[in-house]
Amino acid sequence: MKKSKSQIELRTTPHTHAADDVVKIMRNVVYALLPIAGFAVWQFGLSVLALLITVTLSCLLTERFFNWMGSGYSSLGDWSATITGILLALTLPPAFPLWMGAVAGIAGIALGKALFGGLGMNVLNPALVGRAFVQAAFPVAITTWTPAFFDGRFSQFAPSTLALPFLRPPSVDSWVELLQIDAFSGATPLALHKFEGIQTDTIDLLTGMTTGSAGETSALLILVCGLYLAFRRMLDWRIPLTVMGGVALTSFLLSLVDPEQAPDAIFMLFSGGLMLGAWFMASDMVGSPVTPLGILIYGLLIGSLTVVIRVYGGLTEGVMYAILLGNAATPLIEQITQPRVFGQRASK
Amino acid sequence: MSLFNLFGRPSFNHGIHPPSNKTVTGKTPIRRLPFPGMLVIPLNQHIGKPAVPIVRKGEEVVRGQPIAKADGFVSVPIHAPATGRIKGIELMPTAQGRNAPSILLEVYEGATQEVLWGEEQTIGDMSDEALRQAIQNSGMVGLGGAAFPSHVKLTIPEDKSVDTLVVNGCECEPYLSCDHRMMLEHPRALMRGIRYAMRATGTKQAVIGIEDNKMDAVETLRANLPRDGSISVEAVETKYPQGSEKMLIKSLLGREVPAGGIPAEIGVVVNNVGTLAALGQLLPKGEGLIERVITVAGPGVKHPGNYLVPLGTPIGFVLDQVGYEGSQTEFILGGPMMGPAVSALDTPVTKGTSGLLVLNEPDIESETLRIWPCIKCARCVDACPMHLNPSHLGQLAAKRKYETMAEEFHLNDCFECGSCSYVCPSNIPLVQYFRIAKAINREQAA
Repeated sequence: MKKSKSQIELRTTPHTHAADDVVKIMRNVVYALLPIAGFAVWQFGLSVLALLITVTLSCLLTERFFNWMGSGYSSLGDWSATITGILLALTLPPAFPLWMGAVAGIAGIALGKALFGGLGMNVLNPALVGRAFVQAAFPVAITTWTPAFFDGRFSQFAPSTLALPFLRPPSVDSWVELLQIDAFSGATPLALHKFEGIQTDTIDLLTGMTTGSAGETSALLILVCGLYLAFRRMLDWRIPLTVMGGVALTSFLLSLVDPEQAPDAIFMLFSGGLMLGAWFMASDMVGSPVTPLGILIYGLLIGSLTVVIRVYGGLTEGVMYAILLGNAATPLIEQITQPRVFGQRASK
Repeated sequence: MSLFNLFGRPSFNHGIHPPSNKTVTGKTPIRRLPFPGMLVIPLNQHIGKPAVPIVRKGEEVVRGQPIAKADGFVSVPIHAPATGRIKGIELMPTAQGRNAPSILLEVYEGATQEVLWGEEQTIGDMSDEALRQAIQNSGMVGLGGAAFPSHVKLTIPEDKSVDTLVVNGCECEPYLSCDHRMMLEHPRALMRGIRYAMRATGTKQAVIGIEDNKMDAVETLRANLPRDGSISVEAVETKYPQGSEKMLIKSLLGREVPAGGIPAEIGVVVNNVGTLAALGQLLPKGEGLIERVITVAGPGVKHPGNYLVPLGTPIGFVLDQVGYEGSQTEFILGGPMMGPAVSALDTPVTKGTSGLLVLNEPDIESETLRIWPCIKCARCVDACPMHLNPSHLGQLAAKRKYETMAEEFHLNDCFECGSCSYVCPSNIPLVQYFRIAKAINREQAA
């Protein structure tokens, strides 16, 4: 913008502005997700790398398609579709067929975001909408788990990864047997606990030496990446904290009622998708309340719903539905938790 | 996050920490600027009814002589800032954007800096009523920027009583340091002014609140406190908008001014340090307010600092005197958070002008001005000192639901401090939305 010296600009107050803008915040979320994605690739190999690329591309192309349908201006530059893509891929099983991943990306952006009006307008978290869609559409593929850290993971794909669209993906059982992994049961720590009563070691949960969705296994790594964002004030630390608080509180209360069935809080916190959900999905700004009291209610609601679904539901994992329900409840929560205005008399 | 401030200085909740940019000007002593060839003196430099001119075109006036009288109670007179000849009364540009009737005063070459009007008066002998009248006669208004007539503020309504005078030395706007210099250079005049204000309001104690980035001022004033202990100095957290009346009262006394109310309702009256120091200087001599200190700063200003400027000096003249260069495109009267941008360089410095800022083009890059949709990050909610919900208000404004904004979401409690716009990562001009909403509501009510 070139201006001649004689021109005087008129702007409204304030004339200064804090340095952070939407693009910077979103870009930093991508940075924070990269180590988690990197760990997932190191853990599960080529299949996950291909899945990350496919799902992210699918999200970006879908976003661009709706740009073209609508305003014509590209919104890829705000990085939000990239975040959706990476997050969505991280919630899928490592050997998830690529074409199904692409479907998840399309569903997430189209149904979860574009239909509501794009960035800032969506009620639900787009990545979780995509995951919920494929959970309903492909119930077998989304609960097929493959071992981590097997030899040759950087030279071969899992057979299901390259399944052709609209065909039933080949079973991975014989392939897993060939890998000769000791004691691989094909079940996540949550499923092991729920159906077989086997408790996974907390250290393994923290470091990611378990099986599960591509990016959910290492609780510790997710915590570190989340804390990075929180310290840069690009993530509201109150949300993951209250979600985790809700999980701990509900686990504790359930253990008082029914010590047999209820698992301990530590296990509930570090297993499954809770860490990834609490730090990167529940904390998604768009779907969470802005009022301080609202944030508390929202976090506790998601935390307690997660435990209730895990313990009493038919599914082994409940984070996804808990967050989606929390998102859906957000407008209502906000409405009833408007802050007390300065100087407002106590009577109202 | 008041938790982190548990052991810190007294403060209010929420608010922001913009870069202060005060280091240069805060250290330079106040200097006097010469008279310009022509002074432009608007008749309405205060809140209330404009003053009524009592001079004619062609008349000669001396420095300090009244040239316009107050029109009723909520109004103040205006005095000639320099010796010269009245050139006429014309419509001239003002900081408010509208052209307003102004007295044009042609300054005589070599005009004296000596004030040639006014009689010494002994404040101690005056009744409280006469003291308030003397304050009105001096033409004093709030020099912090509001320009509300001081004698009105110091007249406590009969159904109310106040116990504490809060003296505002926060100066929370970035860049500005004129109050800081007044406290350092005129502590005795300030103490006199405080005592006048205490007498006029019948308060027994006064607290001076100063942001803790000006500890030198805190020390100076503490060294000048009267022995009877009626006046105290308190350092408060450096945080914008600490200098807002309501915030400062909360920080110092823990009291909240009721929504839509005035400080007198909770027994407090607030005055700015610059105002009281000027009062302390002028009242004993019986002189009127004819000049004030302004901070001239910003990138491109060659000699940033604090300058004693005759009221009515066009800002173009001020800039010529201090020197400026570069591709300046924005001129602001006051601070960068709340000061209006002006469109003409012949806009004059008036009683309410606390600063003159020149901002460069590179400070305001076009990319940062791109407006994104609200992502509900809640930063504005955590910044709003009035605990409003700017995020929701902004969405209502976009839907033009102005009445809902006022009736259900307390729009009228917003005092336009700009904290929400400052933190908004989507660059949404929230304050501007709220100003428009208020204006439209006012229009529809009328």
